[in-house]
Amino acid sequence: MLKINNLHVKLEEEEKVILRGVDLTVEAGKVHAIMGPNGSGKSTLSYVLSGRDGYEVTEGSATLDGEELLEMEPEERAAAGLFLAFQYPVEIPGVGNMTFLRTALNAQRKARGEDEVSAGDFLKLVREKAASLKIDADMMKRPVNVGFSGGEKKRNEILQMALLEPKMCILDETDSGLDVDAMKLVSEGVNALRDEGRAFLVITHYQRLLDHIRPDVVHIMANGRIVLTGGPELALEVEKNGYSDILAGAL
Amino acid sequence: MLAQAKLDALSARIAGLHFPSTGWQGKARGAALERLTAMGLPGRRDEYWRYTDPAKLNAAQVRADLNASDIAFQETDALRIVFTDGVFDAEFSDDLTLSGVEITRLADAVTDLHWAAEIYGVLEERGQKPVLRPFAALATAFATDGLLIRVTGKAERPISIVYRSLSDTSDVMLHHCVKLEEGAEVTLLETGDAGPRLLTNLEVDVAPSARFHHVRAQGRSHQRMVNTHIFARVADEALFKSFTASINGVLTRNEAVLDIVGDDAVAHVAGVTVGDGPDFLNDDTVFITHAAERCESRQVFKKVLKNGATGVFQGKILVKPGAQKTDGYQISQSLLLDGDSQFLAKPELEIYADDVKCSHGSTSGAIDETALFYLRSRGVPQRRAQSLLVLAFLAEALAEIEDETLAEDLQLRLESWLDRHED
Repeated sequence: MLKINNLHVKLEEEEKVILRGVDLTVEAGKVHAIMGPNGSGKSTLSYVLSGRDGYEVTEGSATLDGEELLEMEPEERAAAGLFLAFQYPVEIPGVGNMTFLRTALNAQRKARGEDEVSAGDFLKLVREKAASLKIDADMMKRPVNVGFSGGEKKRNEILQMALLEPKMCILDETDSGLDVDAMKLVSEGVNALRDEGRAFLVITHYQRLLDHIRPDVVHIMANGRIVLTGGPELALEVEKNGYSDILAGAL
Repeated sequence: MLAQAKLDALSARIAGLHFPSTGWQGKARGAALERLTAMGLPGRRDEYWRYTDPAKLNAAQVRADLNASDIAFQETDALRIVFTDGVFDAEFSDDLTLSGVEITRLADAVTDLHWAAEIYGVLEERGQKPVLRPFAALATAFATDGLLIRVTGKAERPISIVYRSLSDTSDVMLHHCVKLEEGAEVTLLETGDAGPRLLTNLEVDVAPSARFHHVRAQGRSHQRMVNTHIFARVADEALFKSFTASINGVLTRNEAVLDIVGDDAVAHVAGVTVGDGPDFLNDDTVFITHAAERCESRQVFKKVLKNGATGVFQGKILVKPGAQKTDGYQISQSLLLDGDSQFLAKPELEIYADDVKCSHGSTSGAIDETALFYLRSRGVPQRRAQSLLVLAFLAEALAEIEDETLAEDLQLRLESWLDRHED
């Protein structure tokens, strides 16, 4: 599904190289986790894949089901089925959460040549998805993420994912700022979306999240590259021994 | 005494203007002309005109091609009163009858016993201190027409004043007076292009417990020039709310002078502005005086400027001695969609009471790129995402309109402007 080939990325404004040849293939139906120390390039990878400004790809490619992602606008990537759950979901005062969700859903459907969802059907759909994530009506009425707690913001990300039904979901440190109960709720939301046709790339510092969202493959990223790939046991090893031992072994 | 040059400029400006000299109007107009002659027309050196060059308003003649006629509030069931090139147009107007309201044309109000004699030019004159407003005196002296509206109860429907223009040289001067009796309530709407140049006064006397709502959508011709003045006196427990949506135009200066004279009164003035191009200038100039206890005032102005457009805000809250428990709020913000546009703001507070709460803020900013990316990453196309953020920026001001239908009408107009002005 997602194929990243020798991806090199630097900051647009300065001569700082962040990704130095990332190779990664995520198959449909699988959950891959990327772990790694601070500054290893995990978040940059997620931003570059979703099309954020400020980065320059100097080499390599990234495709989603064979389509070159890096040449698309962010909205085209979304319509193609890519979704990034933000580490820091953005507050947008003045834009109601419902308006936002409906605009996004219908824009994607339109881009794919599908019919827009009517106001009534949308309301039914959003209510059903929100209830399973314990998002109350009041949160839906408020402006996007404004006044939301850390946990509410992350649940709102998962709600968007549930509504938009992307095929490739990237979760950027979705566990940061969550207490145990909130992490469980968010993980359940993610697990409910797991299916044959959908893949996940879960970026995290900690093994804890992976207790709830069980990965099929774990990668360790360091210094802009994936340096180790293994099964779920790799995450346990990180938890036990820290990164430095593993990295020393890998390099 | 004015310098000869200033006198000459004034003579040129008023030469040929219509001056009804008889009856109560003659007296009021004569006094206004005296005020005007003493102060002369404003110049670039006047502090109050530092950001907005009054030359276009001083010019003796105007000519402009009005390219759009755009009438708002058509979904609202209102009594419609039409002015064509500054003259009441009976053919297109509804009958001037409305339950709870008496309406007279200014040009028809000639009897000496007219109630408007207590307001006409009176509130304007009060508003000449501490800042001179020569164009307001000019409008009082030479207004060709206008409406005198007395509200005795709860008006059955809003009154909508519709301006149209057929001539490319009409230089329109209008003067409206509204008197709300105790407990009365009315909504006054204004929309359309009155002519290449429009100068207006709106004097509003709000008696105790009365409620006045004013919503205005200024014409959207690119070449139009407008200078409006609102002079309001707000009594005990009364409410005054005025909102203006200003789209396009080469020069718009909207002045509001609100005098809160009764305890527990509320006075709000708000507006949104959208402008595109280096010829665009929009100026909101507000002066609110708190002279009573426990009153609330709000000023909320939002301007979206692009391609070298200019926005101006001059807003003052004066809290007089004894006006305790005043709650004053003022915010003026601009969203600059490029590096060429500018926003010039002069917020002022002058407070002579010790137990008051007054806040003010003024900001200029660009579109929030992080928010834009967030929306796009969810599949919202760039232009739509930008429109959503612009409308979000304007939302706090639009929320000042109590009537949702009117607010939605203006919101749609703003959305359509954003669609037309993509680049």
